[in-house]
Amino acid sequence: MTDRPDLGPLIPRQRPMHPVPYDPEYKTSVPRSPKWPLLSMESTPSEETGPRFGHALIGPLDNNLILNFAKDGSPAIGERILMHGRVLDENARPVPHTLLEIWQANAGGRYRHVKDNYLAPLDPNFGGCGRTLTDENGCYQFLTIRPGAYPWPNRANDWRPMHIHISVFGHSFGQRLITQMYFEGDPLIERCPIAATIKARSQLDRLVAPLDMARARPLDHLAYKFDIVLRGRRQSMFENKLEGM
Amino acid sequence: MVQPLDILTETPSQTAGPYVHIGCIPSFAGLPGVYPQDLGLSPIAKEANGQIITITGAVIDGTGWALRDAMIESWQPDAAGRFAGHPEADPAVSGFCRFAADKDSGLFTLRTVKPGAVAHRDGGMQAPHISLWIVARGINIGLSTRIYFEDEDNSNDPLLARIEQRPRVETLIAKRTGEGQYRFDIRLQGEGETVFLDL
Ligand SMILES: [Fe+3]
Repeated sequence: MTDRPDLGPLIPRQRPMHPVPYDPEYKTSVPRSPKWPLLSMESTPSEETGPRFGHALIGPLDNNLILNFAKDGSPAIGERILMHGRVLDENARPVPHTLLEIWQANAGGRYRHVKDNYLAPLDPNFGGCGRTLTDENGCYQFLTIRPGAYPWPNRANDWRPMHIHISVFGHSFGQRLITQMYFEGDPLIERCPIAATIKARSQLDRLVAPLDMARARPLDHLAYKFDIVLRGRRQSMFENKLEGM
Repeated sequence: MVQPLDILTETPSQTAGPYVHIGCIPSFAGLPGVYPQDLGLSPIAKEANGQIITITGAVIDGTGWALRDAMIESWQPDAAGRFAGHPEADPAVSGFCRFAADKDSGLFTLRTVKPGAVAHRDGGMQAPHISLWIVARGINIGLSTRIYFEDEDNSNDPLLARIEQRPRVETLIAKRTGEGQYRFDIRLQGEGETVFLDL
């Protein structure tokens, strides 16, 4: 791809490739979804700039959820996995040095959160959050445990598939994205009303991470690969550099 | 068939869910010690140039109930309209803040420097504003909006000018409640629904 710097406006979001805001099967979305259409306009410097975070922010265990909350030095309980992938933009260019944050339930399906009173036990050595910066090629990795599925109050017997929540910044505030990674082969994905808010099947498939035995480490951990694509910026020979950017 | 385009499709969003605080503001969520401090505690350092202001508000659902579990991010330039990263930007203004609705009252507070006007691509100016991004359980893709200020000249702002139903412009304008104090509520749905943006 081109090495042309990012100067143009953000490529408009393709809303049909995203979940619908209003979905009665996901009951909380009913009172929380705007009814009016969004106001669409070409992006401005307010969306094209964004916060940047440096390597000084990141501690040595921040991307190791097995050890970053280990109170007595014991690792977290659960099936050890490596979650890894690349962050690209829509022009297929890597997004280097961008912040990723993840959070997840423990192996029993419970979050370390005051509002989560599911009867599965807390793991004293598992906090459930991590963060990292992508490298110069847009690559990232986390070492963690496979989160458990958990029930949630929605329809009478709804269960969330195993998932890891992911927050990505990119380099523009207009690229900001939060999504979830699911695991290949989980039968609960098909039954999940939150996954089903994405109506384009091919788009839901993109949230399902395949088992990646090439990155698994014998006698240590399995691996799952999860690539992320953020909005790109329009490439143009004719774009003028904007004063003040 | 035609040639394929060299373009990828953006990864779809999913709701941030009820426990977004664990991942984004863990100390606030009762998980201190994982990181030295939560990210984006303040958009300014003490010595920021300009007027220091406080904006208070709530994120309100279609029934009139203030969300207790919303998380908001804000992004803005310094008092001269320069974003962090610009060579002349105020080094005391990071411009980024993360804040959450209070778990009891639903109120949020943003203490920051009043932003300056920012140039638009066509050379015109945008009235001073702060960009917001709102996530919560039940919000399937983060909602973008802006805070403008009632004591600024908003008459030539290109975004506000595009709002056809003029009464809706008011949903983007923070009301002055005192010296350096503003109120800005975000209504997700129903009467007075906030104008949300697709930029
Ligand atoms: Fe979850």
